[in-house]
Amino acid sequence: MPLEPSFIGRTYPPETTYEVGRAKIAEFARAIGDDNPLYRDVEAAKGAGYADVIAPPTFLTIINIRAINAVVEDPELGLDYDRMVHGDQRFVHHRPARAGDRLQVTVHIDDIFVRAGNDFLSVHADVATDEGEPVCTTYAQLVVRGEQS
Amino acid sequence: MNVGDELPGLTVQVTRDQLVRYAGASLDFNPIHWNERFATEVGLPNVIAHGMLTMALGGRVVTDWLGDPGRVVEYGVRFTRPVVVPDDDEGAEVEFTAKVAEVRDDGTARVDITAKFDGKTVLGKAQAIVRA
Repeated sequence: MPLEPSFIGRTYPPETTYEVGRAKIAEFARAIGDDNPLYRDVEAAKGAGYADVIAPPTFLTIINIRAINAVVEDPELGLDYDRMVHGDQRFVHHRPARAGDRLQVTVHIDDIFVRAGNDFLSVHADVATDEGEPVCTTYAQLVVRGEQS
Repeated sequence: MNVGDELPGLTVQVTRDQLVRYAGASLDFNPIHWNERFATEVGLPNVIAHGMLTMALGGRVVTDWLGDPGRVVEYGVRFTRPVVVPDDDEGAEVEFTAKVAEVRDDGTARVDITAKFDGKTVLGKAQAIVRA
């Protein structure tokens, strides 16, 4: 079943606020085998000019994927989640995310199209603090494999 | 920083242990990344690594080189092939290399990253824009 093209331009406002914690940043850094002190040592982070420990460049995947999944699970969109794969992902950082940030994600559907029998869904998400300061813009393309592939 | 500069490379043995750890840290619990029965049922050869984990490891090549990860202003990849992770102690060996591809007038540079598993690239158009 093709995706519903009238969803192009639709916006999904934030559902929750996610507070970035020092322990979560350290846990994420450990999971990717990264011992950079700016991820776990507050004094080192302050010495580099940051208010608190900063997050790795892909850390916001934690809230990005959850927000995107809330969109793709919208039954009216008609997306077969079991056939969906992540085609690409990009993060544009307005400043590094850091411990103490209270972040909200707004997801936008930019495009829906069919190519070679597969459905493509392009989305971007604005990640901002609960006071409205932009932190990151994420871009993703999701691919729903056609029945033939 | 000059065009053509090569960054120190990185080789990672991605194991099932790391997939479980990354699943918990990233809150991505899709069973294709830890459940062999499920993965093969949906047509995969075996459990595969999270694409976002491979992306994060590629990012390490850049942040290890910069020292300050806050200098990464943009980072994007295409997921072109899965990294299949066997249930053994060695896991899947993924090899990352990177080089400076462009130095821009605005004080930023573009770094192109290559990720290889089993002799083939697994990330496409993997690029970071960094403050030089």
